Amino acid sequence: MILYDYVLSASCYKIRLMAALSGQKLELQAVNFHPAREHKSPEMLKLNPGGTLPILRDEDLIMTDSSDMLRHLTRNLPEWQGDDDGWLDFARTLNETLGMARLHDVLGFEVDIDAARKRGVHLLRLLEAHLTEQRFDGMIFLTGDTPTIADIACFPNTALAPDGGVSLDVYPSIRLWMRALRSLPGFIEMPGIHRLHELEAAE
Amino acid sequence: MSDSSKDHWYPVGLLSDIYTPRQTLLFDQEISLTHDDTGFVVKKSGGVSLPTIERFGHLWTSLGQPDHDLFVIPEADTPGRHLVDVGSVKVKCSPLRAVENFLDIAHFPFIHTDILGAEPHTEVDRYKVEIREGVNEVWATKVKFFQPQAAKSAEGGIITEYMYRVPAPTCAVLYKTCPPRPKEWDIITLFVQPLTEEWCEVWPWMALYDDDSTMAEMVSFQQLIFMQDRSILENQIPLKLPLDPGMETPTQADMTSVAYRRWLKRIGYSYGAQMVAA
Repeated sequence: MILYDYVLSASCYKIRLMAALSGQKLELQAVNFHPAREHKSPEMLKLNPGGTLPILRDEDLIMTDSSDMLRHLTRNLPEWQGDDDGWLDFARTLNETLGMARLHDVLGFEVDIDAARKRGVHLLRLLEAHLTEQRFDGMIFLTGDTPTIADIACFPNTALAPDGGVSLDVYPSIRLWMRALRSLPGFIEMPGIHRLHELEAAE
Repeated sequence: MSDSSKDHWYPVGLLSDIYTPRQTLLFDQEISLTHDDTGFVVKKSGGVSLPTIERFGHLWTSLGQPDHDLFVIPEADTPGRHLVDVGSVKVKCSPLRAVENFLDIAHFPFIHTDILGAEPHTEVDRYKVEIREGVNEVWATKVKFFQPQAAKSAEGGIITEYMYRVPAPTCAVLYKTCPPRPKEWDIITLFVQPLTEEWCEVWPWMALYDDDSTMAEMVSFQQLIFMQDRSILENQIPLKLPLDPGMETPTQADMTSVAYRRWLKRIGYSYGAQMVAA
């Protein structure tokens, strides 16, 4: 499988992370999204007329929607499947709000930044409320005891919210959830999302 | 003390990006970049044209009266190098903090883990720092550090040698062991555009020998490295760079930073600096 990839993209990271956590190898094809806008080049538009990244190619199958890619990667892995549909839509709205705020703050994209942050904060509050309910029920992930593609879809733009000027300090359940995801075997990092440091009690 | 900050050249855009008019800030002032038949035009908001220089893949301008040409990097002109426009990243920190971080080696194992450094190889050996009087630049030489993956073209860990050069207050040039050509230096620069005293746009640029990586891979590698620094830079307190010793206690590894701050003070550069002891 070939992933047409941009190193700073939250959506590309979703796919890299899902592949890593499920032990699947991706061939990464770097695309110069910034500053060269290579994702809009004629060659890339042939592959994806929508001009977006990521693009995942599995032989003749070409996918341009990151939810489709997560489903494809886990089609034979029922342990990664749950009641995911609503959360995949939620992840899309995170990308349109917190994700755009980040592109504004980091790469200078033209965005209504106040509106993007405000809607992003609203989504974080919904996420925090849901994860708190889950904790009351003894569960740490979005749909149950174990992570599914719902968690992988929502994690990157949430964790990268500070890049777009939105603090995560006030969401304890989100922070615990992110910590649980970062502790999964095979977890990989990206700039702005760090690996866990080993926990050692002070002497 | 009179402030010399405006009398320098600053990067404000990429030469390769001539089709996108650009509104941006320089020293809190709005400026616009356009391109017509005669070339690039940079204007202040009142319509006054500003001087321009085209060099290192970037357009440079000045709001003051620079009494000197923009510096040169003769090594970058040797044939066979790939000139890499990395593009800009905006950071909410003082322009001087961005440069200072670029000059620091000690953070590599902790921020650029398994790429530019790795535990337990955290010690920075003694190196040489000087302010070169004739050219009025800060130089650090004989810097050596263990790196697991020093560049896109490096495989496995190597002891990498560096030289750091600060040829202008918001610009730094790194000369680094070039894995495929041991006798040459790879050149990695950090050109910083001061938007405000606490907000900057950072334009890394590189001149590398690397025949194995695509341009997109070289760009990605450097953006990855710089974005690992960004969250650290946005959390440094105070936001401005203190030029007087106070709450921050430098160690042996910080000699370059100490020289850089001393030099800024000597040339009367105060934009983005905290002049009162913290």
